[in-house]
Amino acid sequence: MAIVRLATPLRKFSNGKPELKVEGSTLDEVIHNIDVKGPGFKDKILENGKIKRFINIYVNNEDVRLGDELTTNVGQDDTISILPAVSGG
Amino acid sequence: MTNVTCLKCRNCGDKYEIQPISICEECFGPLEVEYDFEQIRENVTKRDIENGPKSLWRYKELLPVGDKIVDLHPGFTPLHKADNLANKLGLKDLYIKNDSVNPTFSFKDRVVAVSVSKALEFGFDTLACASTGNLANSVAAHAAKGKLNCYIFIPSDLNMGKVIQTLAYGPNLISVDGNYDDVNRLCTEAAGYYNWAFVNINLRPYYSEGSKTLGYEVIEQLGWETPDRAIIPVGSGSLLTKIWKGYHEFLDLDLVDEVQTKITASQSEGCSPIVTAYESDSDIKSVKPNTIEKSLAIGNPADGYYALRVLKDSNGTAAAGSDNDIIEGIKLLAKTEGIFTETAGGVVISTLKKLVERGEIDKDEKTVVYITGNGLKTQDVLSNYIPDSIRINPDLKEFNNILDTKFANKKIKKEAI
Repeated sequence: MAIVRLATPLRKFSNGKPELKVEGSTLDEVIHNIDVKGPGFKDKILENGKIKRFINIYVNNEDVRLGDELTTNVGQDDTISILPAVSGG
Repeated sequence: MTNVTCLKCRNCGDKYEIQPISICEECFGPLEVEYDFEQIRENVTKRDIENGPKSLWRYKELLPVGDKIVDLHPGFTPLHKADNLANKLGLKDLYIKNDSVNPTFSFKDRVVAVSVSKALEFGFDTLACASTGNLANSVAAHAAKGKLNCYIFIPSDLNMGKVIQTLAYGPNLISVDGNYDDVNRLCTEAAGYYNWAFVNINLRPYYSEGSKTLGYEVIEQLGWETPDRAIIPVGSGSLLTKIWKGYHEFLDLDLVDEVQTKITASQSEGCSPIVTAYESDSDIKSVKPNTIEKSLAIGNPADGYYALRVLKDSNGTAAAGSDNDIIEGIKLLAKTEGIFTETAGGVVISTLKKLVERGEIDKDEKTVVYITGNGLKTQDVLSNYIPDSIRINPDLKEFNNILDTKFANKKIKKEAI
């Protein structure tokens, strides 16, 4: 199972836990499986089937927007981070 | 006494009490500081501001700060009438806002001053940040002066000048093998585990307000007028949106009669997601930076959406410069105006030149170019592009000989005096 790290505002879908272990072979499947246990999760981070503007998702530290977005493959030992988009410089 | 009322989501409008958070829990949009402008209007006049301290604290009533501050005297930097550069480019009314002379030699002292004040108010004992260098310098300096713990995260390929300056202040410096977007992602995750004041993450709403003062100061220094055009370096997009906000807050307070400034965004070609989106009239797409310009190298600019809106609302424009343009820009500013800027300054000078070449800038436009960092920080970039010095023995005959040979065309007059 992949490890999913959640930003603080998303931890209400994980009973306050910062990380979850979730089944799924693609990012889309992983998000779906979190939503099954915590309804509303998907709507929180996706809009019209795409990642919301203010959300960044990384699989093994790689920004999925630079790759296959929601169809990104997810392996058993992969780590997914779902974070707010903030930047400074 | 503060005029702050709450935090408000810029995207959905939800409101939150003042606390160390930066993201809306409903939509993940960015939170912004809200003020009681009625109260400010009653208490702030041009005279009050003009009689204030010669630093950004002259605008304290318009900033989210309380009584506790760590004061390195940031801001109120010179607005320099750039007649030599203007003549060179065929312009008539050109100004350089020289923010490279701040306490740690970049505009980041403005945002850090504000966020550190808030960190003290919230009771944090540790400052932290993700940085492309200038922020690292400023956070480390403020932590030293404020006797606070400090953790700073930077990309490992940062300019040596910025690394050395940071280390001199004595923080814990974490050098990350990755680009700025990697560092920022790591810090965003770390901010969920450590109760530290990450100035540009959990304190971001307060931090970013410091940049408004670059809008206020230019208005005040132009004699309470806005410029016709402002050329601004863009990384995350925050500085550009906040300068625009600063202009409009002074308009709302009747401190200026109008805002007709064309806002111009400037990026390097090796990392130009905002310029590309503007030119193609599309959404911003993330990029992997590949440029000598490290301080603006943010491939996934969180405030890019709002920066684009400002470009459109202000009838502005955008341009990107190549690495060579950046180096030529640094040299041009130094040779014409005596101001030595870092690579971000080279970027904005290259944009200024490009607008002139494209005929997009009117020669009579009152134009302000924002120079946000000092050239001493990025000397490594320039070292291969400047001529060597002429080396001689301490001997007058040898010097005379050099003048006769190397500078023969200059016809230098030699006589006993």
